[in-house]
Amino acid sequence: MTGATWGLVASAFVASIVEFVEALTIVLAMGVTRGWRSAITGVVAALVALTAFTFVTGYALQTWLPEALLQLVVGTLLLIFGLQWLRKAILRSSGLKALHDEEEEFAAQTAAARDAAKKSRFGIDTFAFVVSFKGVFLEGVEIVFIVITFGLSANNVPAAVGGAVVAGLLVLIAGAVAHKPLAMVPENTLKYGVGLLLASFGAYWAVEGLGVFVGEGTSLHWPGGDWAILALLVAWFAISRVMVRALPGVKDRQRQEVAA
Amino acid sequence: MGLIKGFGKFWYDFVIGDDWKIAVAVVLALAVTLGVVMSGVLPTATAAAVGGLLLVGFFVVSLVVDVRG
Repeated sequence: MTGATWGLVASAFVASIVEFVEALTIVLAMGVTRGWRSAITGVVAALVALTAFTFVTGYALQTWLPEALLQLVVGTLLLIFGLQWLRKAILRSSGLKALHDEEEEFAAQTAAARDAAKKSRFGIDTFAFVVSFKGVFLEGVEIVFIVITFGLSANNVPAAVGGAVVAGLLVLIAGAVAHKPLAMVPENTLKYGVGLLLASFGAYWAVEGLGVFVGEGTSLHWPGGDWAILALLVAWFAISRVMVRALPGVKDRQRQEVAA
Repeated sequence: MGLIKGFGKFWYDFVIGDDWKIAVAVVLALAVTLGVVMSGVLPTATAAAVGGLLLVGFFVVSLVVDVRG
């Protein structure tokens, strides 16, 4: 494998591991408090729905959308996801938001599960089924988008899928062995890194895709070609460090204005 | 009706997430970039680079608005 392919596999792996860890916490909370049968049924149903979603969306995107429009749609989505993650990472690093903690999330989920009313259909606890389904599907859709877009951008979807599958298996095995949330995974740092990657690829693609509205509808080209992705990565990292230092001052000034 | 509402909420949560200002910043930055490209005042490669700067700038503004809010 080339260095670029290893980079692609590593990107898909890191992005996927964060999502898998979050999904695992939700399913564990449901399994422990409401029963494993209902939680696992929710997971299986979500995996079936995800497979169908991936085929339908992938087919529709590739068949009906011209390349530039595909870049615009997928790039904009990646950009919004990436900047949401980057926003959280900046706020956490600057102390304006509490760090995400899987053990706290697990405690909140189990408390909600204990308080929820018991309703069953076909022998399946509805609450555990719905929460497990929603958790796995929501995190899974993000993984699908990340894997497809990273894979397409490097012309190697199988390598991106491989990275995500290895991440999924590792989280599954670690979860089965530990039987508790994977709090030891440095989730906040990983999210920061993934946010930077998604924002860089997303910005590159979204701007290229604007070409769909111009002239013959072909993609725009960045100066320096693919090297622009690296420049974007450096720019997002630099501005994120500046914001980590500057935002606490912005918050203090706002508090003083309110108090005055 | 509940199903449609739930479907809409799922996609809103998925695409827009916790902070709607990020999505607005991205759409505004891309719209201004498109305006620059269509006006023809800059070569398209330069306009693309301007688009990157606009995205960073609008993101910074959305974060400052968020923190001051």
